[in-house]
Order: sequence, then structure tokens, then C-alpha cells
Amino acid sequence: MSLKERLTELQQKGLAEIQKSQDLKDVNQIRVNLLGKKGPITEVLRGMRDLEAEERPKVGAFANEVRDNLTAALAKRREDLEAAVLNARLAKETIDVTLPGTPVAKGEPHVIQQIIDQIEDLFLGMGYQVLSGPEVEEDKYNFEMMNLPKNHPARDMQDTFYITKEILMRTQTSPMQARTLEKHDFSQGPLKMISPGVVYRRDTDDPTHSHQFHQVEGLVIDKHVTMADLKGTLQVLAHELFGDKFDVRLRPSYFPFTEPSVEADITCFNCGGKGCKVCKNTGWIEVLGAGMVHPNVLKMAGVDPDVYGGFAFGVGPDRFAMLKYGVDDIRNFYLNDVRFLTQFTKKG
Amino acid sequence: MNISYNWIKEYLDLDVSATDLAEKIERTSVEVDSVVRPADGLKKIVVGHVNSLVAHPDSDHLHICEVDVGDDQPSQIVCGAPNVAAGQNVIVALPGSRIANNVKIKRSKMRGVESDGMICSLQEIGFSEDVVPKEYADGIYVLPADAQPGEPVFGLLGMDDSLIDLDVTPNRGDMLSLNGTLRDLAAIYDQPVKLDQPAVKETGEAIADQLTLHVDAALAPQYRMRLVRDLKIAPSPMWLQIRLWNAGIRPINNVVDVTNYIMLKYGQPLHAFDYDKFTGQDVYVRTANAGEQLTTLDENDHDLDPKDIVIADGQAPIALAGVMGGLSTAITGQTHTVAIEAAVFEHDHIRKAAQRHHLHTDASQRFERGVNQAGVQDALDAAAQLMDELASGAVQTGTAVGSNQQPDPAVIPLTLTHVNAVLGMDLKQAQVTHILESLGFTVAVDGDQMTVTVPIRRNDIHIPADLLEEIARIYGYDNIPVTLPTGRMTQGRLTPAQRLMRATRHSLEALGLNQAISYALTTEDKAKMFMMRESVPTKLAWPMSVDHAVLRMNLITGLLDDLAYNAARKVKDVALYEQGRVFYREDGTDRPSEEEHIAGAITGTLMPQAWNQPAQAVDFYQVKGIVAAYLQDMAVNGEVTYVPNQEMPEMHPGRTADILVHGHRIGYLGEIHPTIAKQFKIGTTYVFELNLQAIIEMPKQENQYDVISRYPAITRDIAMLVDDEVTNEQVVNLIEKRGGAYLQSVKLFDVYAGVKVPKGKKSLAYTLTYQDKHATLVDDAVNQAFAKVTKRLEDELGAEIR
Ligand SMILES: [Zn+2]
Repeated sequence: MSLKERLTELQQKGLAEIQKSQDLKDVNQIRVNLLGKKGPITEVLRGMRDLEAEERPKVGAFANEVRDNLTAALAKRREDLEAAVLNARLAKETIDVTLPGTPVAKGEPHVIQQIIDQIEDLFLGMGYQVLSGPEVEEDKYNFEMMNLPKNHPARDMQDTFYITKEILMRTQTSPMQARTLEKHDFSQGPLKMISPGVVYRRDTDDPTHSHQFHQVEGLVIDKHVTMADLKGTLQVLAHELFGDKFDVRLRPSYFPFTEPSVEADITCFNCGGKGCKVCKNTGWIEVLGAGMVHPNVLKMAGVDPDVYGGFAFGVGPDRFAMLKYGVDDIRNFYLNDVRFLTQFTKKG
Repeated sequence: MNISYNWIKEYLDLDVSATDLAEKIERTSVEVDSVVRPADGLKKIVVGHVNSLVAHPDSDHLHICEVDVGDDQPSQIVCGAPNVAAGQNVIVALPGSRIANNVKIKRSKMRGVESDGMICSLQEIGFSEDVVPKEYADGIYVLPADAQPGEPVFGLLGMDDSLIDLDVTPNRGDMLSLNGTLRDLAAIYDQPVKLDQPAVKETGEAIADQLTLHVDAALAPQYRMRLVRDLKIAPSPMWLQIRLWNAGIRPINNVVDVTNYIMLKYGQPLHAFDYDKFTGQDVYVRTANAGEQLTTLDENDHDLDPKDIVIADGQAPIALAGVMGGLSTAITGQTHTVAIEAAVFEHDHIRKAAQRHHLHTDASQRFERGVNQAGVQDALDAAAQLMDELASGAVQTGTAVGSNQQPDPAVIPLTLTHVNAVLGMDLKQAQVTHILESLGFTVAVDGDQMTVTVPIRRNDIHIPADLLEEIARIYGYDNIPVTLPTGRMTQGRLTPAQRLMRATRHSLEALGLNQAISYALTTEDKAKMFMMRESVPTKLAWPMSVDHAVLRMNLITGLLDDLAYNAARKVKDVALYEQGRVFYREDGTDRPSEEEHIAGAITGTLMPQAWNQPAQAVDFYQVKGIVAAYLQDMAVNGEVTYVPNQEMPEMHPGRTADILVHGHRIGYLGEIHPTIAKQFKIGTTYVFELNLQAIIEMPKQENQYDVISRYPAITRDIAMLVDDEVTNEQVVNLIEKRGGAYLQSVKLFDVYAGVKVPKGKKSLAYTLTYQDKHATLVDDAVNQAFAKVTKRLEDELGAEIR
């Protein structure tokens, strides 16, 4: 048998053995047996001394090729076996991925806070300041400077929690109009502000009344502010809070601190304007009061109504939340049942 | 106020449905609460003629009636009303009919006798108790004799009209009448309207010889009376009764009804006195004297207030002016002579009198808002004329006038430029003039300048802005364009305090707490609990309930109320925080200062229990972890320390710590006292409350970058036995102080105080981490430092190193 034949046989046998090996130990043993210093290949190569000089390189090359093939086969087999071991382990590690994830402690902002933040962000983007005022107010700011003198019949419209004759729980965020107007320096630019906060009315709590609720006041005063600007601003607000397909319409109303005064309705989101129970078949839902600031309000705050004017509006986040989410009882906002608080978590 | 669609259509040529009309009114003048057609929902209710009746054999009050309902054969109907009688025309609900409240009437047997329907009272077909004429209040209603059997009753009773309920704003007193509404509608629909002009026929003696008025014009700027003699008191005709009950007013008799009818039509409240009951011929309008009393028409007695305006005869008050008449001079069936009063009373007096005596009447409502001061005589004449027509009275000659002060009409300058500048529109002069004239205003135009004269009846129009509203609403708000303010740019940004408050909320939410908004008004007890400083409570003068009577001086009790609400609904795991104000007041001042606080309350477990996560009841250290993480988020610059506080009565004395920043107390945390938990009916609860205002005002750390050392750190663990009294803080402080230059951190990793350690001792174990930022640390250096600190612990704290 020639050396070449011998090598070919060794290769065949070796490959067959590698193929049959069952674990890494076998593979290692085969490697030592075949390719080790005392192995058959080394032995064959030793026999090359007896060959003709011109045969040697050929056989040598072939011998290297056989060794490389076997080495590669061993490596391949090792890899396969290792992969099999890993796969077997991973198979054992299989879990039920349908079991629920471990819950984490996660807090949510109050739904009214969410609406206030949304309104704040909208108006910040339009160059408004956000201001907050005292919840315990003076009669002067809450009423008198809002063009509601002591005997004004409209005072009956809002029952007030008085502390003393002159001190009260503010019934509206409007006193912030007077407070801001008094301070604003118009040489520094127009006054554009919103003022969110808690207000109080002397009401008995029931599903639609709460002695405590929220308002966001808005005020823009400059030299050329129009009612059309008010309408546009309210439309932007409606779009932000409810969506772009909502329209705003204005209706006449009465507030002592604005003239003209309007009530703003938005398209009923329950029926999209077709008319339903929610909107009493009108297709519209009343959402806020607004108007052009009454000259008396400007005058009392020391602003010249012949030069400056503008609009004001008052938004009720409680009402917005009730409308937007169909909350049927305003008391839910202040009783803080966790099952209620954690419903308004959609942020996407 | 209910306004009748049919009545409006008598004066205006309107080709719109009642609903469309209501919509138009709502869009252009005042809010509409509802549009109701009384007949809606009712069916098969017809006129029946009671041919005859016999008593029911098995009943002491039922009658078996033979009723002609327009069919070939009369129907047999059993009726229990006491006033049913043969020859009456009555309201019959036929078998298969539907009456009020969606009740269906079927053919039935009553005590064994067949009944083909039901004879109805007005209430049964939907009338309010308040408007049913007294004589029919407890029985069936009797229809006029000329009603045709079988004919539906709806037309006869005015139930086919549509009633538009106007929610008139306080400024639009003029809309509280048919005439005022017609004038607004005339402008809205751009139609002329011709209102009735009274034409009174005077037949009797001169009134001056029969009546003298003495009026304080400051109380009643206008005060007039007419006298009508020889009246025959009777029920009013149907058309008049219908007008009244559809407006929510009960028909009484042809005199009282006329005064109410004229009020509905003109907006001018009138009062009819029985002249023959006057003591003397003098009538006074004055304030009440001390001790005077009056029994009003509703038979209630009133102690009069010296600020009440009264009408008095020579002897005593006979009416609470502008509010309600007195019983002593009320119109009765025997009245022959009526003094009709038409006046303008000072509105503020009327408002207060109505409040004082809890008498809010149609009259007081109108006087409070102001009546048409130019229409007083018209209304008086119209009433006299109608009493003449309906009660065949003789109107005495002339009007007694006690006062006659008429305001001047408002004359308001206005420019077209201003109109367009404020409304943001581009109206033409002719459009503006047309709108104002359609409202009955007079406009004189001189170039851009207008001079507008406003009729006296529109007492809400005084200044140019009022005219702008009229122009805008009649032109239509829908026609105003949509723009945004232009002008100088302004920057919109939150203040640092506002940013911190937002950050506070985000931080606590990230730490697992839900935001609560609780009531700021609470009970006095709760207001005074969990106090962080001295303060007197601020109380409401007239609270609605004791539950919400005092301003809170802490946020915790509000949160505990929330926890209790949850607990009562079997929600056991609750973690809440609240950001809001507390109200501190110095004794001797009226107004409290408002301080922003932040508080949290956790009961049950913070981490939700799950299949792979056991329930772990919230404890002090979890809440401390939250507070610490929050304060770290807020970057307060200064050392935060926790000092035991055993003094707060509402807190567990052994599990409460004051929170100090740089030595200043900014709040506290801990477990609420078990007795408080019991009082609130809640379980073990941990709370914290911090003065957010103080946190806002504190100096803050800036974010800054610190190179992360590439040299390895070396750690050493140390476990020691110390006395129970030795605190973690003492140990850590000592290690930090004596740990050497390379000590980076000290971390507690075990606390043990069980059976394996001697009594009175505990085992504490810490990991000390050493690192040199600029070189590789050698073991020797660490060993030396470690040995030093070990020695110190032994010497200074008596630690037994294990
Ligand atoms: Zn709808």
C-alpha cells in the first residue's frame, strides 16, 4: 500500500470516527489519536524518508491536506456538539412567556392635572406666562375689580364662601386678571397670561356640583386685540384638547367683566355634531365663557381702555375632563379612588 | 321664563319651527333651556260630554258616567273625581291613549264595572300642580261648554303650543317679556314688529278725588295707580288662562290674571289691590317702620325690616313693594273696586327684600333686573283696558301719579373704526347702522363717527362696548373671522418654581405614587392635625357643612380621607401624593398665608403583589427611600438628615423622623399613630409631608460631570456588634470621618438583632469601597486605612468587630 493510499485510508477512517463521536471528550480523543505525535499521520510522514526525492513534496502536500481536512472536521464536529449542548440547555430553560410581567410601582398624574398641563403647554408655546394667584382672595379682586360692585345682581349667580366681609375663597380665577393688569408694564410688551387654579363655590356636592373645582383663566391685553383673535384662540384650545375636527361657536352671554361676553360651544364629541342625548340634540356642548375685557376692569386696574384692550376666557378643566372621558360624577375628582385615578394613563 | 311660540307668531311672520326659533334665540340673544310642546307624548285624549251619571253600586265615591266622546254610542266611564257632574265637558283619555308620565290607559274594570277610558284632571295630562286653577286642583277639569265631544283637547288647552324656556342673563331684563323678546326677534329676523298700543276707555270719576299717593321717589322713581270700579270677578277666558299656565302662572280670576298677563306681555309687574279694603284714600310708598308686620298673599307673616319698601294705607303696610301684595287688600270674589299699581322700585332694595323674606317672585325678579321705565303707563293702561273688557269694570278717569322720574336715554358715541378694530371685522357703515336701527336704536352718522341713542327699555346698554355686543350678536358670531393675536412677541416659559413643582410631581409619580387632589376645606379637627408649625385655623363664615368648614393646615388628613374612601371600597393598597396649599394664619389677622406643600400617604403594599412577587407591607424605610430619592431629584444643596421625632401626637412616637436639610426642618415622615389610623378607619399607613415652598427656595446643585476613574476599586467588608442605642448614622459618620482619603463609599448591607447576638446588641455590616482616582490603589494603603477605622469604631462606639 502506498503512502498516499495509506493517507487516504487514514482520512476516510478518521472522518468516519469524527462523524461517530458523541461528545467533546470523544472529539478530543480522536484528535490525539489521529493527529498526535504518536499518531498514524505522524508515522506516515516519518515513512517519507523512504520515498524518491521527487515524490516527497507531492506526498508531503497530500499529507498536509489530510491533516487539515481532519483538523477542520474535528473543529466542525466540536462546534456542532457544543451547539447541541447549548441548545439542550436552552431547551430546558424554556419558560411560559405568557405569564404576566412583574408589576412595578407606577404613579399617574391626576386627570385634571393632565388637562391643566396640556393647556399650560399650549399657551406657553404661544408666548403666554403661567401665573398663579391666592385661593383666599379679597372681595376687591374677586368681585369689585371684576366690575362686580357690592350690590351687583350678578353676585347672586355665584354663591361665595366668605371668611370675613372682605376675605373669601375665590369663586373664580378671574381676580388674577385684576392682579396681573395692575402690575403689568405695557412698555415691556403685551400681557398674555393664563392662570390655572382651584376655586370654590358655596354649593352642595352632588354629581354635577362641587364646592371645589378648577379653572384656567386666560387674558390677552395689547393695543390691537380683536374678538376674531379670541375666536381663533379658543379654536386652538379646542383643537388641542379634543382634536382638530372640533369646531368652536360663540353665543352671547353675560359676565360683568367682559363686554361683549360669549359662551363658547364645541362640536359634540359624542355625536360629532349630529345631535344626541349628551348635547341635548344641539350638536354642540358648552365648554367655556369668554369675552372682550370690560373697559371698567381695565380702568380699575389702571390701564387706559382707550389705548389697550383684549380678551379673557375661563376654562373649567373639571368640565373638560367630564366631557372628554364621560365622567358622570364630579366628586370622583376629589375622592381619589385609586381605581379612578389610574384610568387616565394613556400617553401615546 | 317660558315664552310661547304661538304668541310670538301672532306678531311676527316667522317661517321657522319652534326648535329653529329657539336655536336662533340661543345663538343671538339669550340661552334657551328647553323647548317643550306639552302635547308631545300624549295621545287619544279628547273632549267628552257627561250625558248622565249614576253612583257605582260597590263604591261610596265612584260614579259610572255615560260620556259622549263623539262616537255613535256613548262610552261608559267610571270616575272617582268628587266634582264630576252631568252636563260637563271633560277631558277623556280613551282606551289606548297615553297620558302624562307615559302612562297608557286601557279599557278596564273598576270594582266590576267596565270603564272605557278615564276622565282626567289637568295634572293627569301633564300640568304642573302649580298652575292648575284652584277650583280644579282636587278633581277633574271642566272644559268650556262649546267644546265638541271627540275633539282632541290639546288645542283647547293650549297644549299644542311650543314653550321656549329662556334662561335670561341678569343684564337682559328686557327679555323677560313678550314685547322685549319680539323686539329682539325683529332685529334677528330683520322684520318690522308692530306691538299693541293700549287704548283705555275712561268712564268714571276723576281718580284724584278718590286716591292720593305719597311716594318717596328715591324708593320708587315711578309710582302710578289706576282705579277700576264695578268689576265682576269671574274666571278668565280660556285664551288668557292658557297664556298664564303656559308661562307657569296659575290662573286665579279675571283681575289678578290681567295683572299677570300684562306682566308677561310688557315685562311690567303690576299689583291689584282691593281698593275698598284701604283705610282711607291715601297710599304711601315708604320704608317699613320698626315693628311693622305684613301677611302676604301666600298667607305667610313677615316681620318687616326698616330697609323694606312697603306700600301702606293710612294705617298699615298693605304690600311688600315689588315683591308680593298683602293678604288684607287681596282681590276676592267679592271685590268691586281695584287699584292697579304700576311702578318702578329701586332694584337693590327689591333684591335684598326678596332675599330677606325668601320671596323670589316673578315681580321681584323683574324689578331686580330693571323694568322698562318708559313703558309703565302703557302697561297700566293696558291692564285697565283689559279689566274693562273682561270684568266689565269702569276705569276711573286719569292716573294717580306719585312719582315720575324717567331716566334719560343713553347717548353713546361710537366710531366705525372702533367697531371693526375690536370685532376684527370689516363692516360697512350701513350694516352697523342697520343692525342698531333694527334694535330700535337711533343712529346719527357723521363720517366715521356715530351717535347712538338707546331706548330706555334697554337698560343694559351704556357704553360703546355694549353696542359692540349688540352689533356682533345680531351680525352673528359665526361671521366673525378666526385669527390669532399678532403684535409684539412674548416669551412663554415656566418660572423656576413652576418647573420645580412639575418636577416634583413627575418625581413622585416615577417613584410609584398617584397624584390625588383632595378637598382643601375640611373639619376643624382635621385642619389642625399633623401641624408643621404654629397657626390658627381659618374658618368659613357660612359653611355648607361641617365637613368642609375650615381651611386645611396640612395635606395629610386629606390624603387619609382618600385612603379611608378607598378602604371603604375594599381597595387596600394605596399610594398617593398631593401637591397643594396649606393655609396658615397668624392670630389677629383675617387672611391666611398660603404655602405650597407636598405630601404622600401609603398603605398596604407599594409594590403590587404578584405571582412572582410576595406582598411586602409598606414600611418606614420604603417611604424614607421615596423621600430621599425625591429630595435627590430636587437637588437640594445641603445635607439631608433624619432626626427622630417623638412629639407629634398624630404620629407613631418610635417611627417618625423630622426631615432636615442643612439643619432646617422641612418636613417629616413616618407611621401614623395607630389611634389616628383607627379614627380614619384605615390600616397601617406611612406618610410624609414637606414644605414645598422651602424646597423651591433652597439653593440647588447643578448637574456636573465627574470623570469615572479607570483605576480599580478595592472593597472591604466589616461586621460589628454594637449596642442597640448606637445608630447607623453614628457608625456611618464615624467611618466617613475616619475612613481615609481613598474611602469612596460606605454601604450598609446587613442589620441583625436576633438570637445569634447578645441581648442589647445588634450586628451591623458595611461594605467600604476605596479608590484612588489617579492611580492603582495598593492593598497596603487600604489595609492601613481599614485598620485605622476599625480601631476607631472599637474605641469610640464600643464596636466588637466580628
Ligand atoms: Zn351630541
